[in-house]
Amino acid sequence: MNPTSRQALPFWLILAAGIAAPFLFPSYSNEIAVLWLMIVFASTWDILGGQMGYNSLGNIFFFGAGMYICAVVQIGLFYDVGMYTAGSRTTHIVFSTAQYFSGFALGIVAAGIGSAVLAIAAGWIVFGLRGPYFAIGTLGLAVAAAELTASWDWVGAASGISMPVFPGAPETQKLFFYFLLFVLAFALLLFLRWLYSTSFGLALNAIRDDEEKAEAMGLHTLRYKRTAWAISAFFLGIAGALFGNMIGFIEPRDIAFPTTTFNLFMVVMVLLGGKGTFWGPVIGAVIFHTFKEVTWTYLLGWQFVALGLLIVVTIVYFQQGVVGWLTEKYPRQFGAIGARRREAEQPALNAGLAPQVEGAE
Amino acid sequence: MEHIIGNISVLTAAPVLNLGLLIDGVLIGSIFALAAYGLALVWGVMNVKNLAQGDFIMLGGYITYALGRYGIDALLGVPVAFVLLWAVGFVVYRLVVRKVITRDLFTSLLATFGVAIVIQQSLNLAFGPDTQSAHSGLPDWQFAGGLITISATRLLGFGLAILLALAVILFMKNSRMGQAIRATAQDVRAARVVGIDTEKVYTFTFCLNAAICGAAGALVALVWNVQPFFGTTYSIRLFVIVTAAGIGNLPGVIAAGFGMGIFEQFGGFLLGAEFQQALIVLLLLGVLSYRQLQYLRVRQAVQ
Repeated sequence: MNPTSRQALPFWLILAAGIAAPFLFPSYSNEIAVLWLMIVFASTWDILGGQMGYNSLGNIFFFGAGMYICAVVQIGLFYDVGMYTAGSRTTHIVFSTAQYFSGFALGIVAAGIGSAVLAIAAGWIVFGLRGPYFAIGTLGLAVAAAELTASWDWVGAASGISMPVFPGAPETQKLFFYFLLFVLAFALLLFLRWLYSTSFGLALNAIRDDEEKAEAMGLHTLRYKRTAWAISAFFLGIAGALFGNMIGFIEPRDIAFPTTTFNLFMVVMVLLGGKGTFWGPVIGAVIFHTFKEVTWTYLLGWQFVALGLLIVVTIVYFQQGVVGWLTEKYPRQFGAIGARRREAEQPALNAGLAPQVEGAE
Repeated sequence: MEHIIGNISVLTAAPVLNLGLLIDGVLIGSIFALAAYGLALVWGVMNVKNLAQGDFIMLGGYITYALGRYGIDALLGVPVAFVLLWAVGFVVYRLVVRKVITRDLFTSLLATFGVAIVIQQSLNLAFGPDTQSAHSGLPDWQFAGGLITISATRLLGFGLAILLALAVILFMKNSRMGQAIRATAQDVRAARVVGIDTEKVYTFTFCLNAAICGAAGALVALVWNVQPFFGTTYSIRLFVIVTAAGIGNLPGVIAAGFGMGIFEQFGGFLLGAEFQQALIVLLLLGVLSYRQLQYLRVRQAVQ
């Protein structure tokens, strides 16, 4: 096989698996749909955390923002949002098929763009912060969003919004949302593959390696950081819009801005798979999601304790991640996955040595 | 908006209410100051930012609550929580924190966040998600025709917090271990050179911090209430306090602790209790932005 087709092979495999999965395992299609969501979470987090070296603890902010923007657009096109949220307990409002799909399509676009704009705005506050202050600042952003939304009556406050009901059979609905999430994840992977091969990707890595030096070399670092965050927010916003409609009910603290579940999961998935690598987040998401579903089935209430323990163990004892571990252990076979570009950049260094893996900054 | 203006006019119409809020703020601020001091200690000595700080507080609170359920007076919870949390701190240090001290700061932040989740969820499983509080059989005193209520428990909690803070400060100043801790905070390598066992100092510092949090948590359960998931908000509060004051600025940390208590009381009264959490987080963002502006003049990042 030539190198190009070897690079393309995983994408073909994912495409085949993604299309076949809901028909092979129809009873698990919701779980697999959430797996694609997890891959979106992990890969978007890695744009900043892995490639740029900015560890955010508040990326969930854009997921929730997208969810709410989409909901407001979907409802606001045809009804008064305040009335809808106030009356959803007592009256059941039906959306026609045309209304549903036109609102949903517009909502997705608005969610992506709105979240990206919010990322650029939030960048003013947080990008002067470094290291742990950045992490705490972004965490603060997410918690603030959750609390403010929870006391904002117009969008239903803490009791949330019941989303418009999908006009169709439950089976169609399942497949519809499954494929939307799959397409989003697949498009994101293709896009990132392209992005990391451009000079933009190199600029992100330069910021990670030494921000002062990158700036001294003439990179406008703030502009790169903001663009990277906006890209991440764009995909997260769309993911939020899809997920909100998929589960049919949104609420600020546990669904839209869950700071201690999804928000933390994205970081852990990336660390588990291998930070700063292309396939690491994907592998991490698959392992983590499987672990989560298995513990959910067998441990019930103890699930979150088990997840917390997994988080601690991953961070403390296994920070290089699966891909990092493989590159360390079998540099000949797997070096190409984790550090392909570094290898291309530093052929002399890799002549006899194992490529260094970026575990911690 | 109207009810905020309404609340302000209530405060101006009855100035004695201000005094009541101020007293409450100071009493609660003393607990914040105590726990923030522990956070600043660990932060300064071992450069670990402990995000499980708030959950140590909740753990201390639940120990007190559990004692109260078995008919033991809740006031005993303060020393018991102190001792038990010392042990918890030891376990967490040996299993988690020791491995991440030499890594970058984000790793320690994330690892302690993981610990926080384990504690939260375990408390949730053990005690359920409702808010709980411990009671001691002490009376309430009323002043100014019932407008100001000072409960003896709160006053006692205040006294205990001050006492504990004084004990810790004296300990840090005078004892051999306290000196070793301060030396390690200044320069780890130099401390090792002069023969200080820094590993022992780290263990001791982390255990002491957990124990302080435990005692603070016992006071929280006495004067307020505890809930498994309140821990994160406490952690954020403590971060606001320490970030605003700056680590190594001990009087600043204590002053900011009191300031936080008073700010919260007034903010909660003016805007309504449902905004209290949002208020704390916005304060965090405000403090971080302010720090950033401060550094902007010398072209540096907050790190």
